[in-house]
Amino acid sequence: MSGHSRPPGHPARRLALAPVFLGSLARRRMATLFSLAAIVLGVALGMAVQVVHESALGEFGRGLRTLSGEADLQVVGPRGGFDEAVYTRLAARPEVAAASPVLEIEARLAGREDSLTVLGVDLFSLAQVSPRLLPRATDGEDRFAALADDAVFLADGAGQTLGLRPGDRLQVLAGSAPLALRVAGDLPGLEAGRRLAVMDIAGAQWHFGRVGRLTRVDLRLREGFTAEAVRASLQPGLPAGVLVQVPEAAEDEAARLSRAYRVNLTLLAAIALLTGGFLVFSAQALSVVRRRTEFAFLRALGLARATLFRWLLAEGIAVGLAGGVLGVALGHALAWGALSLLGGDLGAGYFSGLSPRLQFQPETSLIYVLLGVLAGLAGAWLPAREAATVLPARALKAGDEAALGDGRGHPRLGGAVLLAGLPACLIPPVAGLPLGGYLAVACILTGAVLLLPALAAGLVRLLPGDGPVPARLAAARLAAAPGHAVTAAAGVLTSVALAAAMAIMVASFRDSVDQWLAQVLPADLYVRAGKASGSAHLDEALQARLAAVPGVARVDFIRHDSLRLTGGLPPVALIARPVAVDGSTLPLVGRRLTAGDLPPVWISEALQDLYGWSPGQRIELPLDGRPVPLQVAGVWRDYARQTGAVMLDLALYRQLTGDRQANDAAIHLASGASVDGVAEALAGLAGPGALEIARPGEIRALSLRIFDRTFAVTYLLEAVAVAIGLAGVAASFAALAAARRREFGMLRHLGLSRRQIGAMLAREGALTAGVGVVGGLLAGGAIGLVLIEVVNRQSFHWSMDLHVPWLSLLLFGGGLVALAALAAVVAGRQAMARSAVLAVREDW
Amino acid sequence: MQRRRFLMTLPAMAAGPALGAGFDPVLPGRPLVFPADHGAHPAFRTEWWYATGWLTQPDGKPLGFQVTFFRVRTGLGEGNPSAFAPRQLVLAHAAIADPGLGRLRHDERSARVGLGPAGFDTRTTRVWVGDWRFELAGDRYQAEVTARDFAYRLELVPDGPPLLQGQGGFSRKAADPRHASYYYSRPQLRVSGQLSLDGVARPVSGKAWLDHEWSSELLPEGAQGWDWIGLNLDDGSGLMAFRLRDAAGQALWSAATLRPAGQSGQVQPREAVSFTPLRQWHSPRSGIDWPVAWRVQVGARSLELQPLIDDQELDSRRSTGSIYWEGAVRALEGGREVGRGYLEMTGYGKRIRVG
Repeated sequence: MSGHSRPPGHPARRLALAPVFLGSLARRRMATLFSLAAIVLGVALGMAVQVVHESALGEFGRGLRTLSGEADLQVVGPRGGFDEAVYTRLAARPEVAAASPVLEIEARLAGREDSLTVLGVDLFSLAQVSPRLLPRATDGEDRFAALADDAVFLADGAGQTLGLRPGDRLQVLAGSAPLALRVAGDLPGLEAGRRLAVMDIAGAQWHFGRVGRLTRVDLRLREGFTAEAVRASLQPGLPAGVLVQVPEAAEDEAARLSRAYRVNLTLLAAIALLTGGFLVFSAQALSVVRRRTEFAFLRALGLARATLFRWLLAEGIAVGLAGGVLGVALGHALAWGALSLLGGDLGAGYFSGLSPRLQFQPETSLIYVLLGVLAGLAGAWLPAREAATVLPARALKAGDEAALGDGRGHPRLGGAVLLAGLPACLIPPVAGLPLGGYLAVACILTGAVLLLPALAAGLVRLLPGDGPVPARLAAARLAAAPGHAVTAAAGVLTSVALAAAMAIMVASFRDSVDQWLAQVLPADLYVRAGKASGSAHLDEALQARLAAVPGVARVDFIRHDSLRLTGGLPPVALIARPVAVDGSTLPLVGRRLTAGDLPPVWISEALQDLYGWSPGQRIELPLDGRPVPLQVAGVWRDYARQTGAVMLDLALYRQLTGDRQANDAAIHLASGASVDGVAEALAGLAGPGALEIARPGEIRALSLRIFDRTFAVTYLLEAVAVAIGLAGVAASFAALAAARRREFGMLRHLGLSRRQIGAMLAREGALTAGVGVVGGLLAGGAIGLVLIEVVNRQSFHWSMDLHVPWLSLLLFGGGLVALAALAAVVAGRQAMARSAVLAVREDW
Repeated sequence: MQRRRFLMTLPAMAAGPALGAGFDPVLPGRPLVFPADHGAHPAFRTEWWYATGWLTQPDGKPLGFQVTFFRVRTGLGEGNPSAFAPRQLVLAHAAIADPGLGRLRHDERSARVGLGPAGFDTRTTRVWVGDWRFELAGDRYQAEVTARDFAYRLELVPDGPPLLQGQGGFSRKAADPRHASYYYSRPQLRVSGQLSLDGVARPVSGKAWLDHEWSSELLPEGAQGWDWIGLNLDDGSGLMAFRLRDAAGQALWSAATLRPAGQSGQVQPREAVSFTPLRQWHSPRSGIDWPVAWRVQVGARSLELQPLIDDQELDSRRSTGSIYWEGAVRALEGGREVGRGYLEMTGYGKRIRVG
């Protein structure tokens, strides 16, 4: 073996060279530490997002699989359910070995904010399809306890959170009336932590006022039948809006729902990692410059060019590897913290009711370690190539340290790449992901970095030529050797661009949501009984009593349901409420249909994107099990339902379906009526806690609070990006200052005071950061636009109005420049501490 | 995993304190009227059609078979407008005693009546759950069962009128007359049909015994379990005998009916019935010692019972919470086989839990 070894692989030589190269990392401790920190953060963030999401999705999928058990097919419909005759017909089919009917109810818990999923099941067919859901009666219960209409069985998660033990009563709301269910046992087949309850289907139908309705039928097929063939033969016989699908479809729906959010976060982490790569690059570049003489000696002593190159790469890889490993560990720690604090959706609300546990993922972890290595390798590549190509003789001469990059960048290429971002914005979403948008972001960032030297030169030319000496020196340095500045400024640019883009996007989003809330909450008071699939609702008698409360001028009742339009896509929300003929009560966007010949339906932007519907189009919606022809009258903005919503006038909905229940009521007060008095009177109409009374202001505050929580993670990412950018400036200047000890010595000989050199360094730092900040703000503005118009629109299907937080951006940019100046001074002070004579003597 | 303990349906004998409301009482003096009393009696708490017998395969090898349909009125959901209201349940057990396998093949079905895939007829014997069914078509019974590793479709032809047990069909289970059932049997049923074991079908023929029994309050306080036999003797006669045991294994109540060929049943006096265990078999699965061989004394007749196979234990803890032994037995007199039938033993593990 050893006979074939080439010099780089020779053990003895490797041993001898390791301290020279890898040891150099330890000698420039600060720069190494900053590079390492950046990579650690990038890897950790990406890893954390990944782990949290995989844990949540995994938990969600496991939960679904437990619920669907051995089902080969599932029949699903609107959230409000479908006729139980569907079950009878399915159960009688020769292909079906067992059919398990399910009535799923979001039971509102009395006296609590949250709800509990209660599955009404038929124990007998459940045993054949989803045996893990079977309840276990507590000892001493009657032999038919599980069939009793008032008995409920709690999964351990539900029992723990609600503090209920067998024999206790579970207090829920059915309609607006309280209902006490007896806890008769548990669900031993379910994994720990599930929040779920099971009761007999007959009791569930009866007590929750859903006699004759089912929400799902799980089918197990006889041997010899394939799910796909049976699916195709069953579908035509089902009512409109009732779909047969394979159980995995529900999992896909959930993954689809949260995928855009997850991909967006992962991309932010990727940008952090990119910044880390930049930092490695700047640190390596400067370190290589400082060690030119050292390398020249090594080369003169016979070190092969390729060996030098590999060892320099090894330096970057060492930093990347360490960063990757630490990052993966930190990522898991962050994920653990996020899971326990924010929940599996990082506060975004996709997986409520789940308590996922952290899952270690070896493959993903390996990938992220490799990403760290890649960042280190990529950062070290250019400096290593440069160092390896320089001729030893030339390098042995001193003072040629400006040879980093060609100094002027690639303005033409930069411009071209920047422009390429424009057509990228026009690419339609790929599998629901805004890949074109991401490509445009990458184009803008790359283009901006390539254009940075030109921008720096341009900015220097704008500076006044006649300032104090330090100012002119700083400007001259930036103009003459932008290679140094570019490395530091590029890091600043990247992080500022990211932070500014996020700030603009979040500000626009928040502002639009705020305005939208004001538009959709025009009434004085809101009464809510429960959610669409919920157990609580307002029946007709209660509706009449609400309208009759003194001080109430008008009540708009609102009904929520959901519709299944196509297999493979999540259900679409149905909202029925009084709608003005011209849609003026809706937050409409774009044109609307003025005169249609079919009953009007108003669709949300998501439906426009997902189904390609537009105003004037005739569509069919499955209402009450029948396809109903309607015409799209207009498109409205909806920030609440990412999967789409249709809105119908309440009177039309009641006429089409005969469903006269309501979930919410919007109360308009008579002039002079007291809000508090009416609220109190309304609350008194039903049992305590049965009706939630809210003022629009409260709903708005709550909504914005949820919004802010959702974006908490992005704020964190922004902060990290800025920290990385600043660290870049500090690291660059630390390295630069060390390399410029000779220069400082010379300046001191020429009569400049330490203060003046400090001022010069501060200006240099400020100028460098300033260039990065200006470039970053410009690029960030462009990226922000892409995020708003392309990435968000394609991921979440909602538009928003541009709102630039000028003041925050200004403060942020100014602060960054000031911090960079400070960092430069602090870094320079260390170098200036050496005596001027000593410093100059270094230059043989 | 006792996850289906709630299903609690024990073969023979249900009872316990009545839930108070609504179950019809079993009273003496009500004559059984056919064909109406072949049908279901949904006002009573528990009812079963219980067929057991011996089958002969084409190669001459014997098998035991059992098929039971229970109808249970739960006392629940009486006022519930839901079509799923679990007022009536149908539960079915089926088993094959296969000497080649050395143990039972067993399967079961259960469902609620109404929107569930189960039902019964009140006019004649017709009861079903899923694709399992048991019914009287004309003068013959039909049983159809499709299980995991076996299936059969059998025709059972009676040789005469129903054999009324007890006093004209009023069968007492304890000194207190509240504990009683309406009970008649069809001995000496001629069986023919198709049987599949592990997917291989074969014609079979043999003899079987059918019990149809319904009640609202069966087991008296203190009853630990019971032993029951239904035998088709080679001379064309049929013998049914049972005893209820207390915790000490002593008989609380006994009864027997002998029906000589072509005659009506002769109810034996209580004192004339005795069960004496001859041999124990230790179940390696449950650890229970089952007295699988017996000497049964009914009046002047003394029959020795020997099982077709020892292991005819039926572990239905998952569904009924109990373990019982339900098996094919030979009846010997003076060392010579004089008939075949079924033996049922319950309450040898823990007390049979019912009601």
